Amino acid sequence: MFYGYLPMILDGLRVTLSVASVSLGVASVFGMLGALAKLSASPVLRGIATIYTTVVRSLPDLLLMLIVFYGGQILLNRVAEARGWGYVDINAFAAGTLTLGFVFGAYLTETFRGAILAIPRGQIEAGHACGLSGWQVVWHIMLPQMIRHAIPGFTNNWLVMLKATALVSIIGLDDMVHRAGLASAATRAPFTFYALTGLIYLAVTTISILVLTAIERRYSRGVRREATR
Amino acid sequence: MTAMLTATDIRKSFGPTEVLKGISVSATKGDVIAVIGSSGSGKSTFLRCLNFLERPTSGTISLDGVPLVCRRDRAGDLTVADSGALRAYRARVTMVFQQFNLWSHMTARENVMLGPIRVHGLSRTEAGERADAYLARVGLSHRKDAYPGFLSGGEQQRVAIARALAMEPELMLFDEPTSALDPELVGEVLRVMRSLADEGRTMIVVTHEMNFAREVANKVVFLNQGVIGEEGDPREVLRNPQSGRLKAFLAAQAT
Repeated sequence: MFYGYLPMILDGLRVTLSVASVSLGVASVFGMLGALAKLSASPVLRGIATIYTTVVRSLPDLLLMLIVFYGGQILLNRVAEARGWGYVDINAFAAGTLTLGFVFGAYLTETFRGAILAIPRGQIEAGHACGLSGWQVVWHIMLPQMIRHAIPGFTNNWLVMLKATALVSIIGLDDMVHRAGLASAATRAPFTFYALTGLIYLAVTTISILVLTAIERRYSRGVRREATR
Repeated sequence: MTAMLTATDIRKSFGPTEVLKGISVSATKGDVIAVIGSSGSGKSTFLRCLNFLERPTSGTISLDGVPLVCRRDRAGDLTVADSGALRAYRARVTMVFQQFNLWSHMTARENVMLGPIRVHGLSRTEAGERADAYLARVGLSHRKDAYPGFLSGGEQQRVAIARALAMEPELMLFDEPTSALDPELVGEVLRVMRSLADEGRTMIVVTHEMNFAREVANKVVFLNQGVIGEEGDPREVLRNPQSGRLKAFLAAQAT
């Protein structure tokens, strides 16, 4: 079965999962900064965050990835040339994860912004009123409650992003879809390999949904059921 | 006896509207000051200015004779210049809110423990002991592991009082602590507050409970349209109101 290509495909899964998880970390950082910027008192920060989310969400992910990858390559080499460093090759993994993180950070900005707004203002005031610092309020009061409000949107973004990792094959990363393509070309059995890949994606997304639902439940312990459902 | 907390000529404007037009109040140790007035009189805004949840437009606040050094923020209001000093001040002057504002993702006990751990640097064990003591003090030892969503309004407010007490503050601010409660739950909260007053704690209480003002407070301040209408000994002020405003206010409260 699978003409002996299964280990190769599974190795591609490793690439897919590492791209997806690193991108998720990058996206969460961009998303959190974006949300805080959008809610900040500074008009400059709000403006930058609005441009970021508007532009990124308006362009196809594939196009953005090409722009960042090739644009970044050109920019980096101009700089390198000017400084006399010689030719620099962008690492495809770094470029892929940064681009995906940058793109999905824009979507997460909106998810996180909504989650912050869902926290009753009074609870934040109560934190300040007993002498906690701004960061302590964020860390101990806002973040744990944001998780509950953010998980549904976050789950969506994670699923879309996990699938979008297939795009990194066009900038030379050897992910699962890329390998399925190689295997089907070599064996002339495209359906077998693409269906197999589909099943692996399905398994990964199912596990993700289970884990994220468990996290949501864990952070909803203080909430009465009938109040939320 | 010297004043412990002194607020001098506190003013606050929201845009063109001046809500507080120069209010001065001072509390000495053991004072229970009831701040009364109709809604819109600025009493909650004034109380919130006392711990800078609302930034006053002008005025000075001193604790134990030491004025807080302020600077102007972008909007032109006053904020404490050094954020560390503000945090230290807030830990000494804690607040109980109308809407309780318990952190809904933490149990009653965790709510009471957070401040002592993060602000006073207590270990979890020490903070847990302190939380147990103050929850017992408000009569809620049996509810300590419940989340706020599962507590009645009266219980939530008593946890909020325990949370404020756990900071071992020198002064406590109460912002209409019983206004959000069902009538049958008001009594349990007032009983706790009365016992705190009996312990000699210094409290400034914005309230609609005239009986509390009359029986527990040793000083009453009547705010009217952003200025102090009348102030003094509650037995005197509430029994013999001098102004028409206060007479009308008290008559409305009695009905």
